[in-house]
Amino acid sequence: MATAHSRSAARLMMAPAVVLLLGWMLVPLAMTLWFSFRKYLPLRGGDLGFTGWENYSRFISSSSFWPSIQATLIIVGSVLAITVLLGLLLALLLDQPIWGQGIVRILVIAPFFVMPTVSALVWKNMFMDPVNGFFAHVWKAFGAEPVVWLSDFPLGSIIMIVSWQWLPFATLILLTAMQSLDREQLDAAEMDGASPLARFWYLVLPHLSRAISVVILIQTIFLLSIFAEIFVTTAGAFGTKTLTYLIYQRVLESQNVGLGSAGGVYAIILANIVALFLMRIVGKSLER
Amino acid sequence: MARAVSPRRKLVFTLLAWAVGLLIFFPIYWTILTSFKTEGQAINDPPLFFAFDWTLENYALVQERSDYMRYLWNSVIIAGGSTLLGILVAVPAAWSMAFVPSKRTKDILLWMLSTKMLPAVGVLYPIYLLFIEMGLLDTRLGLVVVLMLINLPIIVWMLYTYFREIPVDILEAARMDGANLRSEIFYVLAPMAIPGIASTVLLSLILAWNEAFWTLNLTAAKAAPLTAFIASYSSPEGLFYAKLSAASTMAIAPILILGWFSQKQLVRGLTFGAVK
Amino acid sequence: MILRNALGAATALAMLATVSAHADTITIATVNNGDMIRMQGMTDDFTKQTGHDVEWVTLEENVLRQRVTTDITTKGGAFDIMTIGMYEAPIWGANGWLVPLDDLSAGYDVDDILPAMRGGLSHEGTLYAAPFYGESSMIMYRTDLMEKAGMEMPDAPSWAFIAKAARAMTDRDEEINGICLRGKAGWGEGGAFITAMSNSFGARWFDEDWNAQFDSREWSDTLNFFVNMMNDAGPPGYATNGFNENLSLFQQGKCGMWIDATVAASFVTNPDDSKVADKVGFALAPDNGLGKRSNWLWAWALAIPAGTQNEAAAKQFIEWATSKGYIELVADKEGWANVPPGARVSLYENANYKDIPFAQMTLDSILSADPNNSTVDPSPYVGIQFAAIPEFAGIATEVSQEFSAAYAGQQSVEEALEKAQAITNEAMEAAGYR
Repeated sequence: MATAHSRSAARLMMAPAVVLLLGWMLVPLAMTLWFSFRKYLPLRGGDLGFTGWENYSRFISSSSFWPSIQATLIIVGSVLAITVLLGLLLALLLDQPIWGQGIVRILVIAPFFVMPTVSALVWKNMFMDPVNGFFAHVWKAFGAEPVVWLSDFPLGSIIMIVSWQWLPFATLILLTAMQSLDREQLDAAEMDGASPLARFWYLVLPHLSRAISVVILIQTIFLLSIFAEIFVTTAGAFGTKTLTYLIYQRVLESQNVGLGSAGGVYAIILANIVALFLMRIVGKSLER
Repeated sequence: MARAVSPRRKLVFTLLAWAVGLLIFFPIYWTILTSFKTEGQAINDPPLFFAFDWTLENYALVQERSDYMRYLWNSVIIAGGSTLLGILVAVPAAWSMAFVPSKRTKDILLWMLSTKMLPAVGVLYPIYLLFIEMGLLDTRLGLVVVLMLINLPIIVWMLYTYFREIPVDILEAARMDGANLRSEIFYVLAPMAIPGIASTVLLSLILAWNEAFWTLNLTAAKAAPLTAFIASYSSPEGLFYAKLSAASTMAIAPILILGWFSQKQLVRGLTFGAVK
Repeated sequence: MILRNALGAATALAMLATVSAHADTITIATVNNGDMIRMQGMTDDFTKQTGHDVEWVTLEENVLRQRVTTDITTKGGAFDIMTIGMYEAPIWGANGWLVPLDDLSAGYDVDDILPAMRGGLSHEGTLYAAPFYGESSMIMYRTDLMEKAGMEMPDAPSWAFIAKAARAMTDRDEEINGICLRGKAGWGEGGAFITAMSNSFGARWFDEDWNAQFDSREWSDTLNFFVNMMNDAGPPGYATNGFNENLSLFQQGKCGMWIDATVAASFVTNPDDSKVADKVGFALAPDNGLGKRSNWLWAWALAIPAGTQNEAAAKQFIEWATSKGYIELVADKEGWANVPPGARVSLYENANYKDIPFAQMTLDSILSADPNNSTVDPSPYVGIQFAAIPEFAGIATEVSQEFSAAYAGQQSVEEALEKAQAITNEAMEAAGYR
């Protein structure tokens, strides 16, 4: 139905966004690629010439590389699993008729508004500190030895903080999707004697699949690049060095921009692999 | 259509929901509470819930050390500016994708999202050099542009999915009536699109407000927003929980209040068309 | 009427113009330590004297470091003065990135700066950063707990004595840990402590050909000694404790001993913040009879990046902030215990300051530290708790992460040392040393 005229108008309207993002992608990407083949050491005087593939081989042969990929995948995977599962349960709960639904909903989404730096600082100091933290006080009140969260459960602690931040997002999306569910169909199923579990499995879950896909897709993009939560809490110690954090270490702590840029290229590759994977799972439900 | 619900069942669910809600909110509540304690009371064992001397001393101290209003103003300008600019660029793009879709629309959308996957720290040096070259270092304008670009993919996508829910038939009808592109936009589309745009604005504001890498690394004194304000309280010498809590409360309060007042909008927009 | 107003306005404008011709606004990046925050509070005095305005960028130490390093290496010019340490000053000075401070006014009396500080902030004899305060490290201990344990702290104890005292003072039921030390990852945190400690065990980072030395017996002794002592007498979770965490523990009376920066002495003896203010004694950092003690040397200093527009005003600020006058200003307003220590000889000759309980021990600690000769066996680098080469910060942060993992019991000391050896050699090879 679209005329040739409206097509060209459409292209024109899309142009600013596409051009801007193309620039925002290509300029840094080109510079990253360029630097990744250079020996670029700011503290040794800057750009010291071409090194071929050396940065690439050095970055990947470093003993920190594979553990960092592993840590990245564990964090992303766990946070996704936790937020989607708990988000589903929370959405189911909040979908029930309850008193003060509006206020409860506000309480649940509040963490989404907190800056990552602030939430990391608050969790690390005021909750997880083994001496003065809130958890330590609670543990001691029950006569238990306080847990040293950041060194005994480093990945778990970070996953907990990040999940807390993203749970509201998942809950919100799933909740809104749930509210559009056809009630009559559900009621009918109930009358026919379908168990709550069966109703959830055959009616609710399929209806939510698209919302779940959205949650997974958007969160993955943000989770792959979490930084503040690690920087503030463990600073990469105890096996919490993600790929993003490793690149930070190479670029800023070791002041090796070439090596870090090569790491950046690997990160893009990883992100694309994950994205491809996601598209396989998620893409189908997006098509609808 | 009201569902028959026994009061007992409602009570059980209400209690459960409130318990979970309060649990999730507790860290924020605790931060706000701690900001009114003295440093000694902040680390008291057992933790103090109400029986302490409420004090505003921490807020006074934080204000004395750093001029809160200046950081706040920078945050408002940067978050607001990047959102405004982002919406201006994104609305036409999302509109054309939603109403004149082509085979490549989906690819373009996914490509836009993929631009968010380049880790920021990897391009810190290139961007920093570029900023020096263009004289954008420590300027609000520079941050407005960067944050706009960072959030643009999300904004476009959100608007796209929202616009797609607008029934095309209405547009067709308007076209039959001889409406031109402009009146199509202003009289037919705008009223239906504004709720979606509003929630997109809100999300973009939140994301820009909370962005902490570029806002910290591309500013010094003039353009520094609240994320930089927080960086000076993160682990000073001595006891600091109460001061940190006060600074944290000041940093998150504006966006929290904004979010609370407009949570219904957010709920609608965040669905990315998932409702359909 | 109108004319008079216009005239008045014009005069006012002209006056404003003459003032602003001399008045600059300088931007200063600094760390959020107590002394710097006090300096911010005193800025009015500087503005009154010179007419220049000051904009502060106060950041947490790690953020500050990344921020100023990015700016100086790219010649970004975002700051007129940067707060840097003894590690950065000579490296940046050598690269020509800092304005040499060789023309300070006579009244400033540059010769009054402690030679150790001046030496550490210079490159080839030229001063590149003026010390705001300087520190070494020493033992701070609880006199009451020491007495209770039936022991007496010598002025210059050995590690064997410290370990024995730590175990004797520990009382887990009362939440008293015999000793609190830094275990937190990061080259400036736990990395600095263990490196300074290793010096007294005869260890070194590199041999004269820049080969990593973590496979040596000395390093293994250092780390094993540290881990054993901390497991018996250290606080829970010491692997995540840095300066700040330990300060807070000590102030709450939960540590018997603490070996850390000398500047902490004024915090632990301040009755406003410390529950144990009147029960703190001081001693030199321990040794092992090998001729090297385990104390470090550090200064937080102010430097001017080359190419700044406001060089003159920045120099004026540095002369103000690191002067004798500033020390007196602080003493006047906040008492002698709170003046920035460790930078000037004259401070330690001041009769008012001699009464401060930790003054002499601080000076003795600083004087006993020699960055040019820090290890028992010869080493190719300058620096005590660091090696003053650009690659060190990155390497040492990774190494200290391995150590922290060993402190937390996630790997053995041997594994940590093996990894440290590999990391260091790999990085030194990449940098072209080997």
